[in-house]
Amino acid sequence: MTPQQQANAAVADPVCTLSDAVNQAIDIAMEEDSEVFCLGEDIEDPIGGVMKGTKGLSTKYGRDRVRNTPISEQAIVGAAIGASLVGMRPIAEVMLMDFFAVAMDQVANHAAKLRYMSGGRTNVPITIRTSVGGGRQFGAQHSQSLEGWMMQTPGLKVVMPSTPRDAKGLLYTCIFDDDPCIHMEALTLLFTRGPVPAGRYAIPLGVADVKRSGDDVTLVTWGWQVPEALAAAEQLESEGISTEVIDLRTLVPLDIDAVLQSAERTKRVLIVHAATQFAGPGAEIAAVVSHELFGELEKPVERMGSVYSPIPYAAELETLHYPERLRIAEAVRRLA
Amino acid sequence: MTALTNDAALRIFRTMTTIRTTENRIIRGLNSGELTMTFYTVRGQEAIPAAIGEHLRREDYMVTTYRGMHDCIAKGVPLEELLAEMCGKSTGTSKGKGGPMHVSDPHSGLMVTTGVVGGGLPIAVGLALSSALRGDGRVTVVNFGDGATSIGATHEAVNLAALWQVPVVFVCQNNRYGEHTKFADYTRSASLAERFATYGLSARAVDGNSIEAMSEAAEAAITQARSGGGPTFLECMTYRLGGHSFGSTTEYMDPDELARAEAEEPVARNRRWLVAERGIGEDVLNQMEAEVEAQVESALTFAKNSDPPPPEELHTDVFSTMAASPR
Repeated sequence: MTPQQQANAAVADPVCTLSDAVNQAIDIAMEEDSEVFCLGEDIEDPIGGVMKGTKGLSTKYGRDRVRNTPISEQAIVGAAIGASLVGMRPIAEVMLMDFFAVAMDQVANHAAKLRYMSGGRTNVPITIRTSVGGGRQFGAQHSQSLEGWMMQTPGLKVVMPSTPRDAKGLLYTCIFDDDPCIHMEALTLLFTRGPVPAGRYAIPLGVADVKRSGDDVTLVTWGWQVPEALAAAEQLESEGISTEVIDLRTLVPLDIDAVLQSAERTKRVLIVHAATQFAGPGAEIAAVVSHELFGELEKPVERMGSVYSPIPYAAELETLHYPERLRIAEAVRRLA
Repeated sequence: MTALTNDAALRIFRTMTTIRTTENRIIRGLNSGELTMTFYTVRGQEAIPAAIGEHLRREDYMVTTYRGMHDCIAKGVPLEELLAEMCGKSTGTSKGKGGPMHVSDPHSGLMVTTGVVGGGLPIAVGLALSSALRGDGRVTVVNFGDGATSIGATHEAVNLAALWQVPVVFVCQNNRYGEHTKFADYTRSASLAERFATYGLSARAVDGNSIEAMSEAAEAAITQARSGGGPTFLECMTYRLGGHSFGSTTEYMDPDELARAEAEEPVARNRRWLVAERGIGEDVLNQMEAEVEAQVESALTFAKNSDPPPPEELHTDVFSTMAASPR
């Protein structure tokens, strides 16, 4: 389908929040497969997860399959790994991505490596759902977008949807994927609304989505930077600059072909992300694009990530920390 | 509780003999330059897994650590594939991609060998949770050293297992050293069993070097877990009869204490017990030892004669499909 056809089809879909879409994906997966279960802090009703991702599900499926844990991120992720080694499909919730630092031995040394270390004799089909702060004045330990850290660990699939529709389709795929998937749910997007197909809905991992077509500049982004990029593109359109916004949706697997195809046409590329710019995901993408299209690009590939600092509290400083629409538009103007 | 029969005692002792003979052969190979591998001695700790293995079924799960060759053998990992893995060969349990610290053999229930102290306990709780959810009657045993009782993951896991009452047995092989540091130099606790009992699960200390005591404790803990009675923490008292790893020094070990432990080392001690208390004939033991010797030599020959993994194995098994890896 073309983006326009997709938009038309989407008109008929019911509208809900990204959090509701997450809830739907889990609900459908649990209904389809009794080996799917959830574990995490405060995920049982009446709380239903502090971001409401599992609201109603412990009531529907019981507390065996939607189970609260102590505040023990290592035990949460480790228990998910153990159950998955023998074929169950656990969905672990780590309340905020910053707390991956607590669980990282289980994530990086075990979940990511057990398939390889066992020569393929075991695998770890877990999904770790986690909220990503940022833009909400939560300070340095509740706001980090750590996809770059995950990408540096071979064996982890890294997923970050930007719309309710994508969240439902990607999370469903993660749950039934045979590898460990990190599903990053941006706080600023959790309660935004959009059309979501009813019933079972899956989106393959590793397929980027053109969120806006354009001819002059390719803007590559994902997660909560997507609406910022789209807002910038909207503004630029009125100035006569046509911006293509590519939402990668998954960082691993990485749909680099979608980026290259667009870049071949526009010959101008900007990569925008909430992760730290230094040694960030944008550096890898920029290096590949520059290498593959050396001599064809009109301008050097540009990157815009977060400032190399812990995330500040004051709103005036936090706004300067992440890429936002005004500065994204500025960067596109320099490229165009 | 069933009384330990002579047949069972002999099976346990045969497993201990296999472990000791394998270690002796590896050390000989490492000293002569015949073999190259990282090796963590299990000398002195043989009775613990040998007795546990007697009471486990093949489909039960086990998790162990880098110091886990004895656990792998006792759980029934085929010796040929185990030694091939330790030698980095394509015929190994992980096709040579895991190594001595990462043996996995789901067929025999050996699910994970971790190289991270304490890293296996949370995973064991998850394996046990799967059994609780599925009602499959399996038990999970997780082995770790006393050193692992100082790391956070261990406490998170034991607390969660007690809370959920999942069928897991925590086997703390207290060999008196956390890497190169003595027990008394890293904790003020006198008893780990007492410390962990406060999490609300069964906890006891046991003579880990006695076939009889270990078998009784293992059977009780495994039976309790299998019947839905919840987890147990077993502090199995033993002594590491060597340095942390092959080639590392022992100057931090008290020579007199080491000499006393060596004099009471479990293979010779339990052999004496079998002859004196169980009336097992020397000829029976001699014949068994000769059989084990031949079996170990044959397994090592298989490992040595196997091919290393081919270059394409570098890229496989990262994900379920190679297409998912970045190019």
